[in-house]
Amino acid sequence: MQKKVIFRGVALPVALLLPQLVITGIFFFWPAGQAIWSSFLREDAFGLSREFVWFENFADILTDPNYLAVAWNTAIFSAAVAVLAMGVALFLAVQADKAIRGATAYKTLLIWPYAVAPAVAAVLWLFLFHPQIGLFGRALNAAGIAWDYKINGGQAMTLVIIAAAWKQVSYNFIFFLAGLQSIPRNVLEAAAIDGARPTRRFWTIVFPLISPTTFFLLVVNLVYAFFDTFGIIHALTQGGPGLATTTLIYRVYVDGVQNLNFGSSAAQSVILMALVIAMTAVQFRFIERKVHY
Amino acid sequence: MAGTEALAAATRRRQRRGRALAYAALTIGVLVFAFPIWMTLVGSTHDVGTLGRGDVPLWFGPHGAENYATAWTTGGAGTRNTFVVPASTMLLNSALMAALIAVGKIAISLLSAYAVVFFAFPGRMLAFWLIFITLMLPVEVRIIPTFEVMVDLRLTNTMAGLTVPLMASATATLLFRQFFLTIPDEYVEAAKMDGAGPVRFFRDVALPLSVTNIAALFVILFIYGWNQYLWPLLMVNDRTLETIVVGLTKMIGTGDSQNEWNTIMATAMMALLPPVLVVVLMQRWFIKGLTETEK
Repeated sequence: MQKKVIFRGVALPVALLLPQLVITGIFFFWPAGQAIWSSFLREDAFGLSREFVWFENFADILTDPNYLAVAWNTAIFSAAVAVLAMGVALFLAVQADKAIRGATAYKTLLIWPYAVAPAVAAVLWLFLFHPQIGLFGRALNAAGIAWDYKINGGQAMTLVIIAAAWKQVSYNFIFFLAGLQSIPRNVLEAAAIDGARPTRRFWTIVFPLISPTTFFLLVVNLVYAFFDTFGIIHALTQGGPGLATTTLIYRVYVDGVQNLNFGSSAAQSVILMALVIAMTAVQFRFIERKVHY
Repeated sequence: MAGTEALAAATRRRQRRGRALAYAALTIGVLVFAFPIWMTLVGSTHDVGTLGRGDVPLWFGPHGAENYATAWTTGGAGTRNTFVVPASTMLLNSALMAALIAVGKIAISLLSAYAVVFFAFPGRMLAFWLIFITLMLPVEVRIIPTFEVMVDLRLTNTMAGLTVPLMASATATLLFRQFFLTIPDEYVEAAKMDGAGPVRFFRDVALPLSVTNIAALFVILFIYGWNQYLWPLLMVNDRTLETIVVGLTKMIGTGDSQNEWNTIMATAMMALLPPVLVVVLMQRWFIKGLTETEK
């Protein structure tokens, strides 16, 4: 797209573009290039020399049972966060769409968790589910359920999923509510007159009409669960116990920062980059096709 | 006719019942979502012994003022495994970081979007695509190599290192580009006839028209900046530059029950209040910003 009437000149627009291009070049393209380049290198044990090893780093990662376990964790975690956060949000949005009076007030009361940092959300939930000092943690133990997310991997995973989903519901709620409110009332009234009950109206009319929103949110939620939940995991479980809550992004951090295994960390970064690009591409394709037609 | 009326009455009854259920469900939803904050707020008003024993009360205690004062001035005594910085320092750092990221991102995006939309020059599309690609890769994905670049540039432990790399992103540029494309060509023609150049047109027309977009974007980007975690965690080990979100989790360490939980809860409240207030008070711009940047 281009305007018909435009200004002349080359120096000025280039100067206007320069700040962004310089920052993008230095902090985006250069490191991304570095990541790709070092994913083909391997350092010797003393960090003295680097050797070009082709795809060995990738081969090592993809055959490492720990990495596959982490990939599986990530799949479980992301799917659970997306389903939970979207399900709860859709339910609340449908209710808010019905409740004509006070809808704005409920909206205000439901959107603020968006502003809470993931790491802070983790702290809030830790305080509730701490086995010794948390209200729920103690209640669970008193009820005879041995609750300690620092020892039990399944419990640790449950807790990070809850904290991550809690924060994301408000985002989904805003988009679902906007989607629901854009459905023409007369379509729903026509269905009601034809005798369709509310549940049937929801699944045959409302849900198909908001499927583009649902699909968009699915991708956003998966990207959120992949990347933005680092703070939750770091603050709550540090990826543990064992590898129980280590996700792909957490593992990049552990290998790059704690184990100083740059080749492997870079190769993992490249895999993640490919993953994000694939997800974005899929999203663009589907949005163009309009899911509900 | 009587049958129709009965049917209408039944429908109204059903609708009223449906609405009552909706209000009930929404109220429960609101309470469930607010509960963690409620407990944190309550926790921040009790003494360390009460919380450490696990006798978490559901109502406020008498120690609120002193807990917040401790958190604000010293950050508490800390323990062997934890790390304390006064919340006042951390809040200032977070506010500065969030504001710099938001302002910087908006400024560079406004300029580059203006250049791409209102000029024709060789390499225009290339520049646009170079920026567009960055849409896809969050900083977390390329975190280690970006960190190495920062080390090479000696930008670790600086406010510039904390903020400048996060200013590169395509979302804001795309939003302003979309918006600039809706400015009618007649405006530019008129400006040209009056002898106004591109700089004058930017200052007197494009910028004033963008004010609501700028406000909407500022809300989103301020929260984005305030809530940064992995980047400051890697970039800063100088305690005077600690941000509150990272500082808070360092206070927790491995989550010992011996931690000073009362001070931690007071710090948590201070960490979440500024962005939450921004969302609640600027709700209209927040929703506009959210729905327009993500589409």
